[in-house]
Amino acid sequence: MATTTPPQDQSRRGTGERAPGRLGNVIFKGISTTSGVMILVTLAAVAIFLLYRAWPALVANAEEFADVSFIEGNLWEWVAPLLFGTVLAAVIALVVAMPLSIGIALFISHYAPRRLAQLLGYIIDLLAAIPSVIFGLWGFQWLRPLVEPLFAWLSSNLGFIPLFADYTSPARNITTGGLVLAIMIVPIITATIREVFLQTPRLHEEASLALGSTRWEMIRQAVLPFGRSGIISAAMLGLGRALGETMAILIVLSPGYAINFFLLQAGQHNTIAANIALHFPESSGIAVDALIASGLILFAVTFGVNMLARWIINRRAEFSGAN
Amino acid sequence: MSVAAPPVPTRTYRRLPAWAPYAVLVASLAVTAGVLTALNGFTIASMFFVSAIVYAVAITATSTAVEGRRWATDRLATTLVTFAFLLAVIPLISLLWIVIGDGVERFGPTFLTTDMVGIFGSMVEGGVAHAIVGTVYVTGIAGLISVPLGIFTAIYLVEYGRGPIKRGITLLVDVMTGIPSIVAGLFAYTMFLVIFGPAYKAALIGGIALAVLMTPYVIRSVEEMLKLVPNELREASYALGVPKWLTIVKVVLRTAVAGITSGIMIATARVIGETAPLLVTVGTIQAMNWNPFDGRIETLPVYVFRQYAQGGPAADRAWAAALTLLLIVMLLNLIGRLVSKFFSPKGGR
Repeated sequence: MATTTPPQDQSRRGTGERAPGRLGNVIFKGISTTSGVMILVTLAAVAIFLLYRAWPALVANAEEFADVSFIEGNLWEWVAPLLFGTVLAAVIALVVAMPLSIGIALFISHYAPRRLAQLLGYIIDLLAAIPSVIFGLWGFQWLRPLVEPLFAWLSSNLGFIPLFADYTSPARNITTGGLVLAIMIVPIITATIREVFLQTPRLHEEASLALGSTRWEMIRQAVLPFGRSGIISAAMLGLGRALGETMAILIVLSPGYAINFFLLQAGQHNTIAANIALHFPESSGIAVDALIASGLILFAVTFGVNMLARWIINRRAEFSGAN
Repeated sequence: MSVAAPPVPTRTYRRLPAWAPYAVLVASLAVTAGVLTALNGFTIASMFFVSAIVYAVAITATSTAVEGRRWATDRLATTLVTFAFLLAVIPLISLLWIVIGDGVERFGPTFLTTDMVGIFGSMVEGGVAHAIVGTVYVTGIAGLISVPLGIFTAIYLVEYGRGPIKRGITLLVDVMTGIPSIVAGLFAYTMFLVIFGPAYKAALIGGIALAVLMTPYVIRSVEEMLKLVPNELREASYALGVPKWLTIVKVVLRTAVAGITSGIMIATARVIGETAPLLVTVGTIQAMNWNPFDGRIETLPVYVFRQYAQGGPAADRAWAAALTLLLIVMLLNLIGRLVSKFFSPKGGR
């Protein structure tokens, strides 16, 4: 093919006859395209394999789970509290992490000395590099004793609010777990928000300052409105990460299967991911299928959240305020 | 011919001197320390926590009195933003402190070169040699799969891709970054279960799971690097009659090699600490396993988790192993950053 050039190919990109490296081009493009398509195949394979193994559990009725010690009722009755716990922990993490991340991103982008900013960014990125299991140990060993007096105070003074009722030490509850998750998702949220803040049109900022604004007023007038959709999508990304985090919750939380908002009580909630890690090694048969089914549900939820986040980011890229 | 002198600008409001915030900070620290000591509630944590609140209130009040409401709001915002940053650094420092502090006790050459065969109950011996080998195998397999796949996908996205397929792949790569690690583990587990049956256990399965997690990181960073290569270089190469694929190999990749190396190292550091997928795929074992394609294998993160769950003297081993893991991760990150700092192409933009 490379030796004889058909006449109709001559017009292509003006390469003339016997274009050098045509075979190489074809092969190279083929490999690259195949790799790109492999990404689609991989994601599809994840969904298909999980669905294939989860199917028996998805269609099973309550009797079939009778032998499984950790499942009561049918699959959905079992997954519902786990899904609730997963969302609850992620929401707690998000509520704590969002203001913190916006603050950090602002500090790096608009407050810190320009020369220090990159270094400070690295420091926050270092947090992202720390393995989750070490965060779990840290949460159990360092954070838990630290928050126990705070929880005790909350419970004794604000205990009439059901959220804070009946705290008992040790603090192996969903709030501690959520706090550890918050620290873990701060770097990813911060990185996204920081990027958006740095893209704020310089002229908007200077216009605001020229009108006599203080720095904070400038941020409220120019930076925050410009970064709003970036902040929202960063929150979604953080949510997606928090939903799927396993080890920190597994180590910190004392698990339970309840649906309630007793944030300070241990043994009430659990998350899907931590539950899989807890029971998977000792399970067999339909129990494994049920755990995989719960994993599939988790996959679907995080997939949806991430898609939504990316959709918001992409929409913003098209209609950004910069132009 | 007298020209009116331009009006001298006069400030209608007063500003605090530059040293005022520091003075207020020192004062709030002192007051808090005094009050807390008097109330017998003095701990380092409560000290910083309370004085932060005292400082925020004090600086706002001072500023309101001297400068007015608008500047006071600005001061408060500055204070809160700075505290947010400091608050995020505390976990990092305390984490390093506690891991190093608790880890050095058992950490050492013996710890790194022994495995856990014959270690029971309250014995303090034992080490992580088998777990290090396992981690190297699992991460190595993940790298062997995801580095070529990631680089070629990035090449596709930057050099070849266009239209809806490119946009679709970009979107899915982003979404893939957010796959829960345990789901990747379940995927690898089910895939091998379906193909090879339930008896097969090997580092290979864990490697596949980590590859699913690592590939999007590699794609992302390589893509960023390839986009940084100036188009002039490509065009100069085409003008010399170099075919496209050779241009990519010899010009684009060569220019971006430092950034790619650093991106791969940071991606490796990301997945090397993944625990959950290994927990459900490769399991745990006490002894060395030199064969990555057959049998259970121990890995560092799983080792940390298992030993910590046991408690007692095993917890010390967990901390030492956590220190080992942290050192590896930090080293990979550091080398990655240095490579990109010193070897990346200069100029052009």
